[in-house]
Amino acid sequence: MSGHVIEVKSLYKDYQTAAGKFPVLKDVNLEIDAGDFVAIMGPSGSGKSTFMNILGCLDQPSSGEYMLNDQPVARLQGDRLAKVRNQTIGFVFQGFNLLARSSLLDNVALPLVYAGIDKAERHARARVLLEKVGLAKHVNSHPNQISGGQQQRVAIARALINRPSLILADEPTGNLDSKTSEEIMALFGELNREGITIVLVTHEPDIAEHASRQVRFLDGRIVEDILTGSVTEHGEKHV
Amino acid sequence: MFSAMLGEAWHAMGANRLRTFLTMLGMVIGVGAVVLMMAIGQGAEQAVKKSIQSMGSNLFIVLAGPPNMGGARSATGNAPSLNVKDATAMEDLEGVSNVAPINMGSAQVIYAGNNWNTSIIGTTPSYLDVRSWNLSDGYVFSDSDIRSATRVALIGKTVVQNLFGDDDPVGKTIRIKDSPFIILGVLDNKGQSLDGRDQDDTIIIPLTTSQRRVFGAQFSGSVRQIIVQADSDKVMPMVEDSLNSLLRQRHRIREGMDNDFSVRNLTALANSAAETTKTMSLLLGAIASVSLLVGGIGIMNIMLVSVTERTREIGIRMAIGARERDILMQFLLEAIVISIVGCLIGIGIGVGGALLVSHLTQAPIVVSSQSILTAFIVAASVGVFFGFYPARKAAQLNPIEALRFQ
Repeated sequence: MSGHVIEVKSLYKDYQTAAGKFPVLKDVNLEIDAGDFVAIMGPSGSGKSTFMNILGCLDQPSSGEYMLNDQPVARLQGDRLAKVRNQTIGFVFQGFNLLARSSLLDNVALPLVYAGIDKAERHARARVLLEKVGLAKHVNSHPNQISGGQQQRVAIARALINRPSLILADEPTGNLDSKTSEEIMALFGELNREGITIVLVTHEPDIAEHASRQVRFLDGRIVEDILTGSVTEHGEKHV
Repeated sequence: MFSAMLGEAWHAMGANRLRTFLTMLGMVIGVGAVVLMMAIGQGAEQAVKKSIQSMGSNLFIVLAGPPNMGGARSATGNAPSLNVKDATAMEDLEGVSNVAPINMGSAQVIYAGNNWNTSIIGTTPSYLDVRSWNLSDGYVFSDSDIRSATRVALIGKTVVQNLFGDDDPVGKTIRIKDSPFIILGVLDNKGQSLDGRDQDDTIIIPLTTSQRRVFGAQFSGSVRQIIVQADSDKVMPMVEDSLNSLLRQRHRIREGMDNDFSVRNLTALANSAAETTKTMSLLLGAIASVSLLVGGIGIMNIMLVSVTERTREIGIRMAIGARERDILMQFLLEAIVISIVGCLIGIGIGVGGALLVSHLTQAPIVVSSQSILTAFIVAASVGVFFGFYPARKAAQLNPIEALRFQ
């Protein structure tokens, strides 16, 4: 047991294009501990999104190791990958990605449908989380009836519902104004203090400030990995 | 999980009502057409079956006169070439169970102030056995009535209605061609014959009485037809041969000369009529199922559009842990729900249409649970068959690309 939530060793990812092999990630190594709050930064095309997709088990590396909770997941396929996404990872997207036709309650409870949990428990757990993110009054509303900030709170509640060991947030404030961004980042900070590991992709330095560690990508490599320690110190985690 | 997915499917259908309705319409029309066509086809089949049953089974009809018309010959049944003795001789043939000689024609019948023109059949009591015809009231005349040519009659329901109305006809006296006849019994309902005649519009009297008092006979004892019933289906070819050779021998027809009678196999005729209606009903069903196929293609078309439109949704579901088969099931279920709901509406319309057609045309219509079940199963299969390709397409989307889809 290494104790790392994420352990990535000499990870490579190539894309096959008409012009030949195009490397996106070149020998990426990274360890993330339980309770970390990591901001992944870098310009467009630096490979941070591809890295994020691999971390989120949406994509597979061309070579290298990826251990998630000490389980090798780099070579998993199909249903087993789906199970990891369902049980171990919570996603938060830039575009919120809620289902427009479903109520907030059903949106939050959706991952539990795929976990095979019955309706009463699904709704009970979703209600608790909507309350936690401050939307208790809106359980029966639909996404188009609430603001962007509120939608992102719903998405965070959905990410939390299967009690994941890791939350992956891809530009979670990209579509929000600065005040709402601050609120969302405060919510992430709060969750992190409760012991949830958070990995956040952003290109905005002031958003990255909220993280305790900043990892910078450039041309498919990690070029910088610094502890900022603004929110949580290592060792102060409630695991 | 299944119920949650069913709920999702229902939701998805409600999201675009007009489109769902139009998609369903293909199914509704297809199933409606199948149910209606099968109802009409089976109705016709049943009507034919009923008239075959009313005719009696394993029957030959022997007509006086040659089978093929050449030169100026009189019509079949009009030449005085058959007589009662032929009938008696036939009774002794192997495989023959009943023989009924018949004389028939139409006559004016009078009771009190009413009169009615109906067909008169002069025959023997075995005629009723051959036709498996029972009485609803009274009793049948006997062989002694035949011998003494008494003026008694059995009358059909239609005649009763026209002459007696609601009165009980048994024991009353009617006049046929000015001769008084006592009514012994009333015949059971028989319905239409294969050629559409009302078989209840008839009066049956003893053969001898008809020869002497009603139609007369050109030669003593001559009859127009003899109905012969064989023991079973299997002996029919044998009986046909022996009927032919018996009559040729009795009528002293030399080798190479034409028959002066004809033997017709009624059962074969009836069976070919039944075959015809069956083919027709099959054809109707086949034409209707083409519209079911078109309906299915409509479903596939819309599901493909739906999968493209909801690519992002599929990406989201995959990201939060939906397996390939979850996505597959979701879209398949949607196609099946559309098919089945469309099918139920189609069954309603088909049955309603069948009732309407039978009401308007008085044609026999049979809506069988079997045809409804068939339509239902076919519709569900169409849903699965045409829903599978789009659903599989959805399930095999790449989650990253699906999430990026705008």
